[in-house]
Amino acid sequence: MILGKIKKRPKGWNRPQAVAESGDGELLEVAMGPHHPSTHGVFRMDVALDGERVIKLRPVFGYLHRNHEKIGEGQSYLASMPFTDRLDYMCPLTNNWAYALAVEKLTGQAVPERAEYLRVILGELTRYQNHASSIGFLTQEMGASGTPLMYAFREREKILDLFEELTGARMMVNYMRFGGCRVDASEGWLDRTRKVVAGLGRFTDEFERLLRSNAILMVRTQGVGRLSAELAVNAGVTGPMLRASGVNYDIRKVDGYGIYNRFNFRVPLGDHGDVYDRFMIRLLEMRESIKILEQALKDIPGGPVVDPKAKSRGIRPKSGEAYGRIEAPKGELGFYLISDGGANPYRYRIRPPSLINLTVLEDMCLGSDVADVVLIFGSVDIVLGEVDR
Amino acid sequence: MKTVEEIKSAIEAAIPGAAVEIVLNPSPSGQHSLRLAPESAYAVAKFLRDDAELKLDFLSNATGVDWPDSLEAVYHLYSVEKKHGPVIIRMKTVNRTDQVELPSLTPIWRSAEFQEREIFDLFGIVFTGHPDLRRLLMWKNFKDHPMRKDYREPDDFEWEPTAHDEVLKRAEAQRSRDQGSEIRDQGPATA
Repeated sequence: MILGKIKKRPKGWNRPQAVAESGDGELLEVAMGPHHPSTHGVFRMDVALDGERVIKLRPVFGYLHRNHEKIGEGQSYLASMPFTDRLDYMCPLTNNWAYALAVEKLTGQAVPERAEYLRVILGELTRYQNHASSIGFLTQEMGASGTPLMYAFREREKILDLFEELTGARMMVNYMRFGGCRVDASEGWLDRTRKVVAGLGRFTDEFERLLRSNAILMVRTQGVGRLSAELAVNAGVTGPMLRASGVNYDIRKVDGYGIYNRFNFRVPLGDHGDVYDRFMIRLLEMRESIKILEQALKDIPGGPVVDPKAKSRGIRPKSGEAYGRIEAPKGELGFYLISDGGANPYRYRIRPPSLINLTVLEDMCLGSDVADVVLIFGSVDIVLGEVDR
Repeated sequence: MKTVEEIKSAIEAAIPGAAVEIVLNPSPSGQHSLRLAPESAYAVAKFLRDDAELKLDFLSNATGVDWPDSLEAVYHLYSVEKKHGPVIIRMKTVNRTDQVELPSLTPIWRSAEFQEREIFDLFGIVFTGHPDLRRLLMWKNFKDHPMRKDYREPDDFEWEPTAHDEVLKRAEAQRSRDQGSEIRDQGPATA
């Protein structure tokens, strides 16, 4: 007995409503995961099924838990930087950025122009490759075995090559520092990036044509896993999932952190909040990322890449606290730091978008077929390194 | 966006008897916060969400802090509608041992559901009124709260019984051989 007796849910407007059983058979309890291939890692969903219909779903976390926050409290501020790469390992550069931003807020550290531009360029490349792969995974789960995913990975590999050239690693980049970036980008690197970005538009069109007109994709995704705007905001859902439900909230626009208010880009919004909208929002955001990249690569100024007065090693911020957040590809990634004046943070907290976006998983899955659970789960776009930390 | 002082007076005007205290933040981030008394925290939180001017409809981050004398829950609130924030509210428990209850804000912001479960799991704050307060990351039978500063992991944490005594004996013999030999030092060869 995995789930125990199915109890009536407590009343409250923001809790999922119970789905009525048909009453002609017994419920089947299935543990999907922790090694189910669709869970993108080790994650379990305990599902109660009435025939094919989902009656109850309970996510089970913690298989990849290593208490990242405790580790962060036991070491210096800088020593946590490489660890942030391991949170959402698809997007290490945005993790670096969020952490650097929080520490910069805590210490009042300024960042030079060129470093800000490099951060935007790397952040948007990260967003592009994350969205492309996440769409690839989604189609993989629909049965389009391999092909779209490999197309996405081909482009991702071009971007990862750029990361490797600049930072020394494809994924475990450890690139940003408090007050700038670790190394400067050469003119040659910027030229190669321009060349890669020039090819991304064509790939996006091709990718969209391949998928958007596909009848199977339409049937499998449209109207599946709906999420209302009201619940999405209340449940703290962020990122493409929130915007697919039609809520105009992009932290790049709202906070304008870094230098995002200098760029001209739009925030795509969906109006059904279903799996198809989430897929389309990611596709449209890829286009906006290209727009930002083109502007940033045109305007990037010279100058130092790290503030000459900045100290990375052995910083001891004055006692106080700071919460810094960015629009990571998966949603709002925040770092909350409390300093007691020592060399280690007193409290080091990561606000993981992947975990909080899963709050509404049960709401989206109730009443739908078990085959759609895989798709709805895929459309949330999570990485377990960040969910479990 | 109102300052913390203005928010404090707005709360006190709307909810008579609500105890609100401003916690100043000396760091350059300038993110000051409001400490709520646990008794009135639920009503205050509801007011913050529903007030027409504040409309803090989005709870971004909820987390715990272990202080020497008490446990604290910290919530970062933003407004999606008005696009402002953060407003930071915090609540303290009476002590760290037996009076660790705080009111759950999950009925107001669903976003707190997993985050409060995580705080319960890692810090041991018990949220009264939480619809489903179970451990989130550690397993069911786990006893302690690992994020507390005084947590010490048991030394048999990864202990696994070895199936055969003879394996242990061989390992022991190997160890004593290693101790006598010169290649134990893994440092670079000097000669």
